[in-house]
This record gives sequence, C-alpha cells and structure tokens, in this order.
Amino acid sequence: MREVFLPRTVEELWDIMDNFPDAVLYAGGTDLLVQMRAGHTNPSHLVCLERVEALHGVRDEGDDVLIGAATTHSGLLENPLIRKEFPILAKGLGLLGSPPIRHMGTIGGNIVTASPAGDSLPPLYVLEAEVEIRSRTQMRRLPLKDFILGPNMVVLNEGEVLMGVWLRKQPRWNIHHYEKVGRRKAQACAIASMAGLLKISDSGIIESARLAWGSVGPTVATSAEAERNLIGQPLTLETLERAAMLVEASVSPIDDIRASAEYRRAVSGALLLRLLDYSPPFLERCNA
Amino acid sequence: MRIKLRITFILNGLETDVDVAPDRRVVDVLREDIGLTGTKESCGAGDCGACTILVDGESRLACLMLAAQLQGRRITTIEGLTPEKSLHRLQRAFVENGGVQCGFCTPGMVLAAVDLLQKNPNPTRRQIREGLAGNLCRCTGYQHIVDSVESAAEEVRNKESL
Repeated sequence: MREVFLPRTVEELWDIMDNFPDAVLYAGGTDLLVQMRAGHTNPSHLVCLERVEALHGVRDEGDDVLIGAATTHSGLLENPLIRKEFPILAKGLGLLGSPPIRHMGTIGGNIVTASPAGDSLPPLYVLEAEVEIRSRTQMRRLPLKDFILGPNMVVLNEGEVLMGVWLRKQPRWNIHHYEKVGRRKAQACAIASMAGLLKISDSGIIESARLAWGSVGPTVATSAEAERNLIGQPLTLETLERAAMLVEASVSPIDDIRASAEYRRAVSGALLLRLLDYSPPFLERCNA
Repeated sequence: MRIKLRITFILNGLETDVDVAPDRRVVDVLREDIGLTGTKESCGAGDCGACTILVDGESRLACLMLAAQLQGRRITTIEGLTPEKSLHRLQRAFVENGGVQCGFCTPGMVLAAVDLLQKNPNPTRRQIREGLAGNLCRCTGYQHIVDSVESAAEEVRNKESL
C-alpha cells in the first residue's frame, strides 16, 4: 500500500517532492495506473496533480497561449480559444481515446508519457509548442521536440515538473489537418497519424508547410525535406506524391501488434495525399 | 503496515465516509467495500467503459481512479441515478428498445449516455456513437443501444429535463 498525495498548491507539491523524492506524479492516471496494474511499475508514493490550481486552464497571453499541464483533453476541446487559434490541436484531441478518457487524461500527461502514438503530439510539433518546466527554485522553457527523447523518455530532472505548454498564435495557416489511422475509430492507438499545417495562396500554390507524423518512429517524425519539397508547388496529387516518397524514405517505423513497419511506412506517405482534399479544384467539385 | 485513510464524499446523494487504503481503486471501493456492484469491471485498463461512473456529473472510469481522489467529490453510480425501485428515462428506454442483452455493459452505457445527453440533448446517431465510443458491448447490441439513447433524447426534447 502506498500513500497518494493530492496537493492543491505548487508550494505543497514542492514540499511533497522534497520529502518523498521517489514519489511518482500523475494527473489523469489513464497511463500510469494501467502500467501499475500490469506490474510494470510500483512507485512507493503517488502524487495526483488533478487539484493543483496552477496547473489548470488556458491563458491568453496576447501572441501566445499557455495551457496548464493538468488541463484535461475535454477541457481543451471545449475551450473557445483553443478551437479558434489551434483547430489542429482540437482535431487531434477529438480523436484521442474516448469521452471518459478525454475527461481524465491531460495534455501534460500525454506529453510526459511521450508515446509516439500520443494524439496531441503531432499537432503540438507542427505548432512548435514549447514546454515550461519548473522546480522549487528554477524555471526553464524549451521546445517540445527537444523535451521528448523517446517512448516514455523526457528531459525532466529530479524535482522538476512540467507546468504547461506554450503555443504561439499562427493566423497564417489556412489548412489545419490531422488524421489518424487505427484498428478502429475510437479507443485506438494510432498505427500512423499525421498533422499538417499549410498556407496556400488563392491560386493554390503552397507557400508554407509544416508536417509531423505519429507512430512511425520512436518519437514524432518530421521531414524538413518533404516540407521544402512542397513550397512553391501547386497543391496537386503529383506534388503530394513526390513529397510522400521522401516521407516514406525518412520515417523509421517498427512492427508491433497493431501493424507492420512496412504498412506504417506506406500509410505515412499515403496520409500526406489526403491534403489533396483541401485543394481549390477539389473543394469546388465538392461544393458543386 | 496497511495505511488507511478516512475519505468523505457524496455517493448517490448521500454523504459517505470510508476508511480505505488511499491507493485502492475506486471500482474496488464501490463494489467490495461499499457493496454497490452495479459498477462493473472488465478490462481494468480504461478500454471497455464497464466501470463508468459520474464524477461531479462527468463520466470517468472507476478502474483508473484511486480512493484518495474521491475526497470531496460527488459520485453517481448506476444505483443512484434515480430513487430505489424506479427507472431513469434512459434505463426505461434501454428496456423498451432492447438495449440490454447480457446487461454487463449496461450500467456504463447508461451513465455514458447520461453524460452525453446532459451536454447535447439533441444528438445525431453519429454523435450518440461518438458519445458511447468508450463503452464496449460484447453482445454487439450497438444498434439497439443507439436506438435506446435516441428514443430517450426524443422524450427529453418533448418533455422537460433529463
């Protein structure tokens, strides 16, 4: 049997972490409690972050938005600022788990668990999210892509806590896309997923692009080469097919119970072709 | 040594105290310590929804919550949805539309549907499917379950509240 602490303030949290340096932190419990039950981990003490006021909510800071790490996925989905400024994040979170999982799971938990299949991660990568880390005495901020090292591995030192996620508002994008391929629609761990932000001109030329894939490598995969290849090109099947070949060559998927590496590689390229749905001629045909 | 903690919360409208290990799962507190076996457990890992309860009115999974997290919360289990020996509108709709086969998933399904209809009293069939996406029925009686929620929603629209 172990103690479970429920701090309400950050001060209380630091005290608990000082007194019990081996304590393991959790917020929603949708990952940690499953790992404990499976016997993969057996912490001496637990700290549940669900009641730490400072870790909750979405704050509008002008050009930036700060999301508290213990904000639940459903809390973010219901938030008008998130829906307006970061529709791609809302799309990812809308496909995460199921309603009760979204009521429990948090954005900070999704980040620290650092599963390559985490549905918030490809959207956060293309949005160039930064994480805010605090300890009792220090605060630092770093890009999410430098924070996540691999499955379940993040750059958190002893005594440090992920406090929140910073996002810069980016009104220039006019295509906000997220798609996940899984064995079923709900409650499915991604076999492969892709987030894409595109700016296309009125004449259908791609002016800028940011792309990220989930579940096709140890962490979220990006391809600067594929992004560069799209710039200045019309949003056509030929353009996307060329870039898709670069993507298939750059990802490093594995075989697991859900899919083979070969299938994942093919899907990661095919997911890019879906962006054709946003091309002006295609949209015209749909509206006709 | 076994640590026990006094936890006070509202269970189905009644102030309740339990002395339990703080890391005991809520599903075990409800079923084994308190004896409310309407909340079911199947996967124990957040995949099946059989242990769905309402925490402060919102659906959560009792297999992924620890006893300490109950402190101060308002919990509704299937037993507390309506006064004893009466049926909630949704329960009646499940009976009338054949939404119950073996019945194991039913408490979780009903509570997930309560949460859904509180947020969206006028759901499409697709929205009902999405609202129940965390609840598995191994009898695969999904069509009748969706029918049940649809008919309860219709009743709510034509009358008053849930």
